[in-house]
Amino acid sequence: MARRSLPVSTGDLTSASPPTEAEFQPLSRDRRSFLRKSVAMAGGALATGAAGISVAQAQALTVPETNKAMGRPIPANEYGMPSEFEAHVRRRRTDVLVNKQNFSDWSMTPLQHQHGIVTPNGVVFERHHAGVPDIDPAKHKLVIHGMVKKPLQYTMNDILRYPSVSRFHFLECSGNTLTDWVRNASTTVQQSHGLLSCAQWTGIPLSWLLDEAGLEEGAKWLLVEGADGSGHIRSIPIEKALDDALLVYGQNGEMLRPEQGYPLRALMPGWEGNTSVKWLRRIKVSDQPWHFRSETARYTDPLPGGKWRQFSMLMECKSVITRPSGGMNLPGPGLIEIQGFAWSGRGRITAVDVTLDGGRNWQEATLEEPVMDKCLTRFRLRWNWDGKPAKIASRAVDSTGYVQPTVQEIGAYRGLYPGFVQHHNGVFPWSVSANGEVKNAIA
Amino acid sequence: MRSLKLVTAVAAALALAACATQPTGTTSSLPAHPGVKYGKAMSDLDADAWNIDIRTSDGRGLPPGSGSVADGKRIYDQRCVACHGPDAKGGSVYGSMVGGFDTMKTDKRVLTPGSMYPYAPILFDYIRRAMPMDSPQSLKDNEVYALSAYILNLNGLVPANAVMDARSLAAVQMPNRNAFVVDDRPDTKAVRCMRDCIK
Repeated sequence: MARRSLPVSTGDLTSASPPTEAEFQPLSRDRRSFLRKSVAMAGGALATGAAGISVAQAQALTVPETNKAMGRPIPANEYGMPSEFEAHVRRRRTDVLVNKQNFSDWSMTPLQHQHGIVTPNGVVFERHHAGVPDIDPAKHKLVIHGMVKKPLQYTMNDILRYPSVSRFHFLECSGNTLTDWVRNASTTVQQSHGLLSCAQWTGIPLSWLLDEAGLEEGAKWLLVEGADGSGHIRSIPIEKALDDALLVYGQNGEMLRPEQGYPLRALMPGWEGNTSVKWLRRIKVSDQPWHFRSETARYTDPLPGGKWRQFSMLMECKSVITRPSGGMNLPGPGLIEIQGFAWSGRGRITAVDVTLDGGRNWQEATLEEPVMDKCLTRFRLRWNWDGKPAKIASRAVDSTGYVQPTVQEIGAYRGLYPGFVQHHNGVFPWSVSANGEVKNAIA
Repeated sequence: MRSLKLVTAVAAALALAACATQPTGTTSSLPAHPGVKYGKAMSDLDADAWNIDIRTSDGRGLPPGSGSVADGKRIYDQRCVACHGPDAKGGSVYGSMVGGFDTMKTDKRVLTPGSMYPYAPILFDYIRRAMPMDSPQSLKDNEVYALSAYILNLNGLVPANAVMDARSLAAVQMPNRNAFVVDDRPDTKAVRCMRDCIK
């Protein structure tokens, strides 16, 4: 066992298994995973030594087997996969609000294991309304019609012929964190914030194709519709379509994954994920919105007095600490680098503050470059933990001056019930106990 | 390396300038149209089979045809009851599609087509495009009208002898028609306090 390298994804923090039977492996059935965890614990102890609290005695080194043998040969062709030792880094369905079917459902990104700001394609979160269609790009068509001078049809080959543009943007579901407004429902940050990912998207500006079709006088809205079994559909204001909206086919250097809309999706930077309609087949221009079910019964926000806020598509400034986060155990007092993500649908992140005492006092964290418009931004703060109970949280500020609010501040303006309430961008605290356990402390 | 850094700095400065004039934080740095056009002209008739959207506020786009509450119940009991339960009161997969109108001012809002559709044609648009979940777009227009009539009747919004068509469906007054307001955020006014922030 000693020859195995430490699981670098968790560093000096060990991450507890998410609390579901689905992923829980009895030790007798998976001894390797048990041993791996033991190694991780040992790694934690060593890291504490490195932090200068106490210097542990290292063991004498032996030559690892990997130095004494040839490795795996290069196959004729393959699609490379992560190390077998990273098998715990998985997208997973929610453990909190479990649907009785998994077609109109979602799976969440393991943010606690993400290094840097780009989410690997295999763990980008999913939200579908009728499962994932498998679409042959040779047969896929995009149509633009309605209030345009010239209705047009495009094949994927047509779209791929244009010069392309690539942009880094986050994508967040409007329902991200909705289980955790008023109770500590989620154990890990994957469960509480995992409907969030970030990628480099490649495609063409939507405005190019609208230019070609020619908007008629009075065109104010357009619809984007998917070729999936739900025919998912949203009304989009023409200003957004002409501003930064993209039609994308590329994601992190490769074609979109089927679950991300292959071969073509809309991308509305900074807006709730469901407006970035996947498997995009149709755009229709009009003078008014359509008020689809997805714009009244869903994706609306309850307000006091029986009203609902509609077309609330922008994702407001938000941040969360991903390390340490729920389910992790600190190895002991000493240096802990607090890491997290901040993002805003209104622009760039300009500052992130971190509290170590439950919101009484705050200090500014370091933002790591690149800091981009409507993109995940990495923040870091070095914390010398004294081993006493603490409550840590982050608070982001964006380029419009908007300051991330607390749940209490949001609750002053909106209804936080019935439990399916969207647009939770509240400050999210984690508690750290004297024995190093990190837990959800939102309520 | 230096020129790359310079380019990055200029790009960053331009982005900053863009943000300064546009407080909503638009990128607006997308390249101009390349001047090539690859779209193929078509007539609106060519898109007929795809043209299924209904403007639900006035029913524009509703097709010819009609369906009764009684027909709707018959179709519902064949195609919908397995997931949504008898009388649309909730079943093996989904919750109730009936009532909830009077819960909107409480903390126990019940979300149903009756309570959350400001316009009745949403039923037609949604059922036709997405239901039943295992064979969407398989229902005929008359069947979609009938199911819309049945769900509205179960919600007490049309009588048992009602027949829905393009005109009558758009004329149904939904209880929460005026409950929806357009996004007025930012609503919160958090301040960036750094010291002694808990009073």
